[in-house]
Amino acid sequence: MKRFLISLIFFILLILVWAGCTGELAFLGLNESLWSPFVLPSPQVVAQYLWDNTINGKIPLSMLITLRRLLIGYAIGLVLGVPLGMLSARFRSVSDTLGVLALGLQALPSVCWVPLACIWFGQTEAALLFVVIMGTLWSVLLSTQNGMRNVPPIYARAARTMGSSPLHTLVFVTLPASAPFVVSGMKQGWAFAWRSLMAAEIYVSVVSGFGIGQYLHYGRELQRMYQVIGIMFIIILVGLLADKILFSPAEAWLHRRWGTDKE
Amino acid sequence: MHDKLDKEINAFPTAKLSVEHVCKDFRTRNGTVRALDDVSLTINEGEFVCFVGPSGCGKSTLLNIIAGLEKPDSGLALIDGVPITGPGRDRMVMFQEHALFPWLDVIGNVMFGLKQKPNLTDKERLEVAKYYLFLVKMDRFAHSNIHELSGGMRQRVALARSLAPNPKILLMDEPFSALDAMTRERLYGDIQDVWEKRRKTIIFVTHNVREAVCLGSRVILFSPHPGRIREQFPVSLTRPRNINDHDLADLSMQITSALKGYTAAESD
Repeated sequence: MKRFLISLIFFILLILVWAGCTGELAFLGLNESLWSPFVLPSPQVVAQYLWDNTINGKIPLSMLITLRRLLIGYAIGLVLGVPLGMLSARFRSVSDTLGVLALGLQALPSVCWVPLACIWFGQTEAALLFVVIMGTLWSVLLSTQNGMRNVPPIYARAARTMGSSPLHTLVFVTLPASAPFVVSGMKQGWAFAWRSLMAAEIYVSVVSGFGIGQYLHYGRELQRMYQVIGIMFIIILVGLLADKILFSPAEAWLHRRWGTDKE
Repeated sequence: MHDKLDKEINAFPTAKLSVEHVCKDFRTRNGTVRALDDVSLTINEGEFVCFVGPSGCGKSTLLNIIAGLEKPDSGLALIDGVPITGPGRDRMVMFQEHALFPWLDVIGNVMFGLKQKPNLTDKERLEVAKYYLFLVKMDRFAHSNIHELSGGMRQRVALARSLAPNPKILLMDEPFSALDAMTRERLYGDIQDVWEKRRKTIIFVTHNVREAVCLGSRVILFSPHPGRIREQFPVSLTRPRNINDHDLADLSMQITSALKGYTAAESD
């Protein structure tokens, strides 16, 4: 509770500073904006924009479109990345080929794929999905591989003496034993997927749906900085919520079970 | 259903083990090391045998060959006359490190081996797991996480896990060497108790002569370079034995001096 209050006070102060700079705290004598509202719109204008567009359904609809792309791309990235990572940990020939490729491509920000994706798939959903998958796949692959390699060999030996077949050992021993690595890889993959999708949506206009990133793009085109800032808020909010709802519980469970709690 | 459960728990499978002319080499950077050199041995049903010797004498290697985790270069290991070709449910291993799975709780660990055993429902498996946790006095900790247990408690759970599938043979590879003296003494009592109740064939590997004399019905002395069986000592002291007992100390002194003789001759 105390920690929550400290967070809350911090963010209220941050918004107050912003409001003060944009001349919205008249009762404190701060009634003049330091910059033109075009450069830095006030919190009130941004809130008004978010409120209006939430009520008229534009933001919720574009959120739906964006999240759909994100979840599908991320899921494909996971479904490909985890088994490929397992293969790469298991077979030297796979890690010498695919593993090295993954290491290289992971260093490449996936927004670099946008030009090629547009040529290959046109301005379609597929182009956006491709960029998201390129963002997710490699980091999930590498962390799965890394996790499996770090599993103490004694676990597999113990399982074998208990009559566990090689496939059973892989699924019920090696994979859960590498869970801490896999989960942190999934988390990193999620962050990469979200960043790449935003970049892709800003660059590529797709007729099949108007995503959150495209609102940011048009905010820039129409010189509506309050729209840009409002959409930025939403992007931050989605990232935060995903962390708190999807990953924090899984990580907390892992820490409790493994005894790696800091407190 | 209860009949089946009683049958499972009250079955006391045990086996005769024979090792015939087993040789095993290990290649290292400094050449080939002969870990086992023409080792032959017979262990009877329900016998508690301890392998003792300094490191490098091949005692753990022989245990791994019996477990099916390693293959001999030549020779055979047989259970009731059937050659060992790989790991099997009839032989369970307890390792030096507890090797419990940290992603499962205590009961989940005990259930792991049981789940590989056919012809039991999950409900029956759970009952069996509870029985063995009770046997090692860990039933109160069924839902604890592994990291919450002390070293001695972990080895008790590891013992329950290897007993639960009701193997014929229990193979123990220096299971108490990482524990403090007090905990170890308590476990000596427990393991003798378990052996009497479950009547298994047990092979216990250790470098501690006193521990071997305390536990084994027979102590088998190994010497290194190359790994060979040098001498065997039957131990007929009454059970339960206390490691601080006088007669026990006398016998272990005898064995220790024999052991010293072999290793001294080697270093000359």
